[in-house]
Amino acid sequence: MTGYKTVFGSLDSFEKGRIEIIDDDPKHYAFSNVFEVASKSKAYEKVAVALNQQYVLEVIRAEGESGWYVCDHDETVLCMDGEVRVEFVKPDETIHKVGTDGSQSVAGVPSGNPMGNVLLRRGHQALLPKHSAYRYSATKTSVLLQQTILGPLTKQRWASICLS
Amino acid sequence: MSTTETTVKSGPANEHGYKSFELGGFQFRRDEFFVHVTWPTGTHLISVDVFLRALQRDCAWNFFYGTVNFDDVIGTINHYGNVDLFAGRFNEAYRTAELDHLENFPSEEIGGTFRAMLDDWTNAGFDPFASPAETDAPWGVKNGDNTKAVTRQRVAANRMVGVKGDERIRSDESGYPINRMFADVPQDEPEVHVEPGYESEIAAFNLFAYLSRSDVTWNPSVVSVVKESLYCPTTEEYILPIVHGNDRVEWFIQLSDFISWDVQDRDSGSPRAKVIMKAGDVAAMPADIRHQGYSPKRSMLLVWENNSADLPALIASGKAPTYPVNF
Repeated sequence: MTGYKTVFGSLDSFEKGRIEIIDDDPKHYAFSNVFEVASKSKAYEKVAVALNQQYVLEVIRAEGESGWYVCDHDETVLCMDGEVRVEFVKPDETIHKVGTDGSQSVAGVPSGNPMGNVLLRRGHQALLPKHSAYRYSATKTSVLLQQTILGPLTKQRWASICLS
Repeated sequence: MSTTETTVKSGPANEHGYKSFELGGFQFRRDEFFVHVTWPTGTHLISVDVFLRALQRDCAWNFFYGTVNFDDVIGTINHYGNVDLFAGRFNEAYRTAELDHLENFPSEEIGGTFRAMLDDWTNAGFDPFASPAETDAPWGVKNGDNTKAVTRQRVAANRMVGVKGDERIRSDESGYPINRMFADVPQDEPEVHVEPGYESEIAAFNLFAYLSRSDVTWNPSVVSVVKESLYCPTTEEYILPIVHGNDRVEWFIQLSDFISWDVQDRDSGSPRAKVIMKAGDVAAMPADIRHQGYSPKRSMLLVWENNSADLPALIASGKAPTYPVNF
């Protein structure tokens, strides 16, 4: 009986794959690795690793406490490594820019009702509901993958993260 | 019999016990080992396991995005409301010899015929969605059916799996035991603390545990939605039973283990690259390629799609590029 071992990556242990080009440009595949990107990011930078028109997936290096964010549409976050708590507040008044896509920074601490919190470990995915403020906190360096839309906080640095 | 099923043209069972089917100028019949396809300019044989695995996915995905190549001759192109069925359309030799053939059908007509064919030609014990290591063989004369397996409902969350009123998480009790190759995947669920009144907003689930309990392979299913951005994770083992031709850019995020992708030119089939993905890797599949994946151990793959109905026309007209970013 084979004892199968499932291999997940982490900041401490990941092995990047590769492209073997036959007749193409490697840039067309925008090949990167979320753990490598997180290893070179500053805390809570939102670095695009996948882009499809306006839609984006962002890698976030979670370290300590983030600022507060809000968004005009749903987002989701997947914990790829570590342990991250997400706190939610329902603002007393509209604090997001209506019609603006992507995560938006909130100045200071939003005033409103606590909605709850979730503690995410590797493989856990949470909804970041629209019009609700949220912030992350991580006691050890962790890696998040956020499903959202290209916005004012998205950083695109394809040349430095992708195989070419 | 539903309205859709009334459009199915089928013949009586042959000496092997299987019905034959017609779609326009295409005819399909099966024997103990092969599916025989004929069209006005040619004939073709496909091993029945290859055919049924491809047919299962074409049915379950409602023809998916773009082209579903059953092999290097037969396949479908989705136009979202109508579907092309082709022979040799993406095979240069067939095109050069002018032996290729293509007919267009309303989605309901070809879908009804495909579903009837899949149900009639799938014997008891054979599950076209399962890993070949986890199912019986499809060979032989007609022997019962496996309607329950071939009519599985595809997961399609509205916001996210686990949100109140949305798709439910999987468990032993709901009929989803942990797969043999994912026995070591942690099953802990996130801690979720919800203040009263926000039960529909605050939600989280263990995606990796959810995937470890998938009973199918190579079947992207929607677990979260941000407008037209769809997370479609899937568990992969052995070989993708179709060769998928894109009509838009799609993205792969390798969540666990390893997959090797053969990438070819979508129209000619000429090899363009091999993309070898390990846990944490992210890669785009351009809009003008076809691809087939090989997964030696059951792995978790996040397929990320832009579901916008405008994309195929934008890309086909050159108004949007076939690859995702310039750098």
